[in-house]
Amino acid sequence: MKQKAFEEKHQQSWQRLDAQLAKLEKKREAKLVLADSGEDFPALYRSVCHHLALAKDRHYSPHLINQLHGLVLRGHQQLYTQKRPFVSQIVQFLLRGFPAALRREVRLLWLATVLFLLPALVMGWLCYGDREMIYAVHSATSVMQMESMYDPSNSAIGREERESDSDFYMFGYYIYNNIGIGFRTFASGLLYGIGTLFVLISNGVFIGSVAGHLTQRGFTDTFWPFVSGHGAFELTAIVICGVAGLQLARALYSPGRHGRINALKRAAHEAVPLVIGAALMLLIAAFIEAFWSSSSTVSNEIKYGVAAILWLLVICYFLFAGRGRGYHGSQ
Amino acid sequence: MLDTRHTFETPEGIDLGLSIAGVVVRAQAWLFDLIIRIIIYISFGIILAYLGRFGMGLLLIIIFIAEWFYPVLFEMLKEGATPGKRRMGIRVINDNGTPVTWSASIVRNLLRTVDFMPFMYGLGLVSILINRDFKRLGDLAAGTLVVYEEEARGAPQLPPGDAEALPRPLTLEEQQAVLEFTERSTRISPERSEELAALLEPLTGKEGEEAVKQLYRYAHWLQGSV
Repeated sequence: MKQKAFEEKHQQSWQRLDAQLAKLEKKREAKLVLADSGEDFPALYRSVCHHLALAKDRHYSPHLINQLHGLVLRGHQQLYTQKRPFVSQIVQFLLRGFPAALRREVRLLWLATVLFLLPALVMGWLCYGDREMIYAVHSATSVMQMESMYDPSNSAIGREERESDSDFYMFGYYIYNNIGIGFRTFASGLLYGIGTLFVLISNGVFIGSVAGHLTQRGFTDTFWPFVSGHGAFELTAIVICGVAGLQLARALYSPGRHGRINALKRAAHEAVPLVIGAALMLLIAAFIEAFWSSSSTVSNEIKYGVAAILWLLVICYFLFAGRGRGYHGSQ
Repeated sequence: MLDTRHTFETPEGIDLGLSIAGVVVRAQAWLFDLIIRIIIYISFGIILAYLGRFGMGLLLIIIFIAEWFYPVLFEMLKEGATPGKRRMGIRVINDNGTPVTWSASIVRNLLRTVDFMPFMYGLGLVSILINRDFKRLGDLAAGTLVVYEEEARGAPQLPPGDAEALPRPLTLEEQQAVLEFTERSTRISPERSEELAALLEPLTGKEGEEAVKQLYRYAHWLQGSV
């Protein structure tokens, strides 16, 4: 068939597809609109695919091939796209996707927990036993700052004077800093896990040494009520970011039956729910840390009580949320 | 063929092709986006400075969102292109040709921080240069490509003329070359057209302007306007 005849025969369906595509590209719910009006986008798309194949095979003019190629490319993008209501996606994710994704990686979760907790416990024990030990990891000025912050004799005054706009500043700072650290913990897993390992261990060392030292100094009534509440979300979230980073690293070390790139791709997509979930947890932690932990009007007993409830909540969430019904989380 | 074209096969068995964007155009897009972000920070900084500590807290939140999610939001809500990318005529898609998904966009933009190491996209540049599809590390892990927008070109006006049968059969590639030449001839200078047409002297048996006209006649015939 000569090109002109071919064009004349099919021009109409090309124009129809073009019009349908224009509609689909404009409106997100247009697929439903098309279905209602009885138009047959998939069938039309496939017939134009066929035309493109013919046009290529018969070596019609480049312009015609380009035109059809453009139509098919746009059709491909519209046909093979996912359009699910955004809100229901988020609810599903929180109720099922996130905890289920973490439970699938129990072994990495233990590994990340040990990588974080072991240095923390060892440093905590060392700093608790030896008052000078803290200087092995912190500079003298930062130790002084830390001590004055939690010294029961002067911190109470400092805290009462902290105003609500200052609380909000700290909220912004915790979001900027802590969630950023969480993201980097994940991303640096791409460096064969070295970055993730470093973040987990160094955070363990840092937190453990501070806790051990302040306990040793007897600042327990100011330090522990402050950290115990948001710790439930913050420490767990950092470990979860660690799991996500280790997922990337594992794909690089042992890609299994896949090529390394493909293994990495799968691991990265599986890690996304963990990173996003952890970021949300860090957001909650920032809120608690800025507005609740720092509050000096609440008694320590209440703070410990709330902290216990928060820890229980987090643990129960990851143990039980989204079990059953064979949900697999990844989309 | 050594080319910056990425082809993939659709479920319909069709090969689709995309033009991959290179380092320079992507760097320009990035720079443009950077300037936009800096303008946002400065203008918010000036306004929020009046709100004291509260304003600075808000500014930190804005910076956090912009630094990590500016590309994600634009890629998801604006057909795969940040303002910088749109300006350069490029956009992000999945490497199977479908529109970029949330998950892929999040991966490629969170891993940007590794591409940025040790400084100014050092690792990303190495990755792009040794990768056939110009993928930085984030693109590799996310399975995304940065491609040129397919520009819609108007139908070429074949220069008017009669049709004349080819003196002897040509292969399909050769026929296509004749058609392509004719379609393009309106966009190149007459001198260059004649120069190119002169190469086909054995076919047309003519020279100069006449050779070009002769090729037009063959093209009309090939196209079927008899």
